Order: sequence, then structure tokens, then C-alpha cells
Amino acid sequence: MTDMDQELVVDTNRQISRLTSTATATADSASGTATAEPMFEISDLAVYYGSFRAVRDVNIAIRRNEITAFIGPSGCGKTTVLRCLNRMNDLVPSARVEGKVIYQGVDLYGGDVSPTEVRRHVGMVFQKPNPFPKSIYDNVAFGPRVNGIKRASALDEIVERSLRGAALWDEVKDRLKTSALGLSGGQQQRLCIARTVAVEPDVVLMDEPCSALDPIATARIEDLMQEMTSKYTIVIVTHNMQQAARVSNRTAFFTAEVSENGDRRTGVLVEYDQTQKIFANPGDERTENYVTGRFG
Amino acid sequence: MTAVLDTTSAIDLTARGGWRATKNRIMTVVLATAFLVVMIPLALVLGMVIMRGLKVMSWHFLTGPIAATEQRAKGGIGPAISGTLVITGMAMLMAVPVGLLGSIYLHEYGLNRPVARAVRFMATVMTGVPSVVMGLFIYVVWTLRYKSSGFGGSLALACLMLPIIIRTTEEMLRLVPRELREGALALGTSKSRTILTVVVPAALPGIVSGVLLAVARAAGETAPLLFTIGAARKVNWNVLGGANTALPAQIYGNANSAFAPAQGRGWGAALTLVVIAFLFTLVARLISARFATKR
Repeated sequence: MTDMDQELVVDTNRQISRLTSTATATADSASGTATAEPMFEISDLAVYYGSFRAVRDVNIAIRRNEITAFIGPSGCGKTTVLRCLNRMNDLVPSARVEGKVIYQGVDLYGGDVSPTEVRRHVGMVFQKPNPFPKSIYDNVAFGPRVNGIKRASALDEIVERSLRGAALWDEVKDRLKTSALGLSGGQQQRLCIARTVAVEPDVVLMDEPCSALDPIATARIEDLMQEMTSKYTIVIVTHNMQQAARVSNRTAFFTAEVSENGDRRTGVLVEYDQTQKIFANPGDERTENYVTGRFG
Repeated sequence: MTAVLDTTSAIDLTARGGWRATKNRIMTVVLATAFLVVMIPLALVLGMVIMRGLKVMSWHFLTGPIAATEQRAKGGIGPAISGTLVITGMAMLMAVPVGLLGSIYLHEYGLNRPVARAVRFMATVMTGVPSVVMGLFIYVVWTLRYKSSGFGGSLALACLMLPIIIRTTEEMLRLVPRELREGALALGTSKSRTILTVVVPAALPGIVSGVLLAVARAAGETAPLLFTIGAARKVNWNVLGGANTALPAQIYGNANSAFAPAQGRGWGAALTLVVIAFLFTLVARLISARFATKR
């Protein structure tokens, strides 16, 4: 019982903090100033795989309750940078990170930071829908169960809320106990979003979430992302420039620099600004070439 | 419109004859022949065992004590069935948990550390060690000191099962897609919990197959038991003490006999062993279907 009470308290606190942050974000955009503390502050980030430097000199501040898009050609390090935000790069044994990633004032790569704890706050949706080979219900309830929620009624409520949040509830409410692998690709991806929001993260990272989906399923996910910004901060990696232009508030353009002997490619951040500006009036020639399709 | 359909088209999409079609036919015949050749020994062995085995099959045969002399017509294999069950069961009890936990360590935590590589290499070598060597090894380190017992046989069989379980389980864990692990870890799941709730369930059908293979192979082994379990005529459910016997040992002894009643008992024991292996496989598949993740 006390556990439950505590949960409720925590939940209420979260709601309040979200509400206040939404309010400040709205105030910011209205007045056009950037006073709110950003969700992430990435400074001088470089990532190495062994001796190979995959990306360097990344400086980005990701703002709360906004959608930030990373665009750029293949091999430019967008996904690598994204995976620094929830320490997924730790899973690659040879990966090494330099620079700082500050998340709500905490250095994510500080000594006593647990990657597991980071991932509870910063969720991730992957390129290929990856539902667990379990029932739809068990997929969504997986995270809450890991966090120690056992009561059936509490889980039922979380599952319904999460599936509604991912615009999937009406399609699956009558077959929650059937395998998640029986869903279509678009439904599977929305299930993965539901699974991610079920643990109530602050941030949702999306790594090309629509690249395996048809245009209709893509449109549904894009609509969903817009709805989610009221509660979550979203960072999305996409190959699809129209998608970045459609959904994001801010866009970071990365490109790959080829070394002098031509055998190594290192990703660099070229430009980071409001999406509108990146696409209409980019400050760098390379950005302009890329967004206008004259990629060289 | 009909005119268009009637005219012969410039492109010809009908199947081409010639060498490609011939090759296709030749390969079909080769593959079908290979399949038949594979089936011949399997069908013959099964047919032979079932026909000859059924002749001696009776309740008395399955439960009665071992015949005192080879010539006698009566006599059963009851002690051998109980012996096989307890010896193989005990071997499973030792080898399956150690093998599963060991391979999970190897694949999930050991990775490419020197220790893990050494264990992996040793397991590979051990799968190639003849079973008689395992029997001799247990004979030297156990039986000489503690006398013949079912447990000595269990030790030898466990040594045989262990490397098979380790290798197949690790292979199955390797086949679990990385996306599934990442999906669980990205939800803030700890590594151990990811392994328990996502990785192992996804690999379970394959793991069960590997365990079955190991147990079935061990249950049919004669050589490791020859040195270790002694000989018994009466049922001995106590695996830890006293001489015991097992179905493979009975098959071996009776098949070497010059007397027809003993030979019949050998066939009967062979059929019993096949049926036990079949039932065991069935039960294990049912259990794994119950626990495996639904597809």
C-alpha cells in the first residue's frame, strides 16, 4: 500500500514538473527567448570506436517539450550522437565518449551515473520495430513490471493509458493477450512507442522510427509525435528531410568529413538551428546543398 | 481487344528448355535419392527394433528382474529401466543447471575474455572425447574409491552431456536478435533481468533441443556405464549406493549372447530405450511450448 502511495506522489510530482516545463516552453516560444534550462546540453562531444573517431565537435542544446531532428547522410554520426543520450553506446565494448552530455544538470557520463537509471528517464524507439515475442499486454507492461509494479489493476491502467497515448488502443483492445508479432509493422512501431512511454520517461529518442513503415503508418506516427510533445521531449534521427521539416522544431545537420587519405569518415555537426531556418535559409553552404537535394 | 490478345507477342515468357531444365531435373533426382538413402537406415533400424522388440514385450518383461542365466526364457529388464531413469535423471540434474548457467555466463558476461575463450575451447574439445574415455576417467577418480554405483554412471554421463549443452545453448543465445536486448535495456532494464525475461525465453526452444540431444545421447551410452555402475539383477532405485544396471548395458550384454532368449531380451531393451527417448522428447517439447515465448 505504501508503495502505491509513493508511486502516486511521484506521479503527481512528475505531472506538476511537466506542467510547469510546458508552461515555460510556451512562454519561451511566445517571447522568443531561450531562458529555460535545456533537457540536454551536449558540449564538445566526440565518440570513438576503438581508435576510429566516429563523430567529433558536437555542441547542441536540446530544449524541453520540443522535437529535435538529426539529419544528414549515412555515416555522419547522427545515430551515434543519439545513442549517447541514453548511454546505449555503452553496449558497444570498444566505444568511448569524450566531452560532456549534461541531462537536466547531471553529467550523463559522470562516474556514479548508472546507464540503467539513465535509460529509465530517456527512452528509445528503434529503427526496426522490435516488440518482444510476448503478448501485446506483456510488451507494454514489461517496463512497469521491471520498475516493481505488480498489482494487476495498476498494470491494466498503465497499459491502457500507454496504448491510448500511442494511438493504438482502439485497434488492439480486444486482443491484448495475443502475440505482438501478429501486428502490422506500423502497429508494432506504435506498440514500441507505447512500451517506451509506459515507463514515463522524460525524453523519447527515436532512431529513424518510420524508415520501415509505409507513408500512412508514417503519417500516424508523425501525428503521434506532435501529440507527445505536450508531455515528452523528442529527439529523432531521420533520413527523410521532409519528415524533419514536417515534425521538428529544431534541426541539427550532420555531415561526414573524409580524411585526407580518404579511408576514414568522421561525422561533424554542421549547423543546428530552428527547423524553419535550416530549410529556408541555412547558414552553411553544405546544409543548403543537402536540403535542396544537391548533395555533394 | 481480342485482336491484341491473338497476335503473338514479341517477348516469349514460356519456360526455356535446354541445359537449364536438364540440370533442374538432374538435381531433383539427386536430392530425392539422397533423401531416400538417408531414410533407409532410419526406417530399417526402427522397423527391426519394433518388430523384434514387440515379440518379447510384456508387463512381466518390463518389470521383472534380470534373468539369472542367459539361457532362461523368462526374465525382464525392470532393473535396467529403473537404472536408466535414475542414472540419466541424476546426470541431468547435475549437467543441465551447470551447463545452462555456464553458457549464459560464457555468452553474456564472459564474451572474449581469456577465461571464457579457454572454457569454450575446452567444451569444443570435450564434445569430441570418446564416451569410453569419460567412463575410464570416472572409474579412476570415483569408482575405484567409492565402489560401483549408479552415481558413478551419472557422473560419467554428466561429463558427456555438459559440453553439448554448453555449446548448443551458447549458439542459441547468439541467435537472439540484438534488437530484442536493446529494446529491453532501453527501458531501463538491468542486464540480468534482460537475460532472464527476454533473451532466455526467446532462445528457449533451441536450448531445449540442445538439452534433449544431450540427454538422449547420454541415455543411450553404454561405454561410460560399463566401468562405473557394476551389475545388478534387482531393481535398485538408490542411485547413490549399490550396483545398478541400465538399458544400454542390457542391450550390450544380451546382444553378445549366443542364446536366443537373451537376444530377444536385447531387442526388447532396445525398443524400450527408443520409447523412453521418444516419450522424454515429447514431454520436453510440451514443456518448452508452454514456457517459450509465443510466436
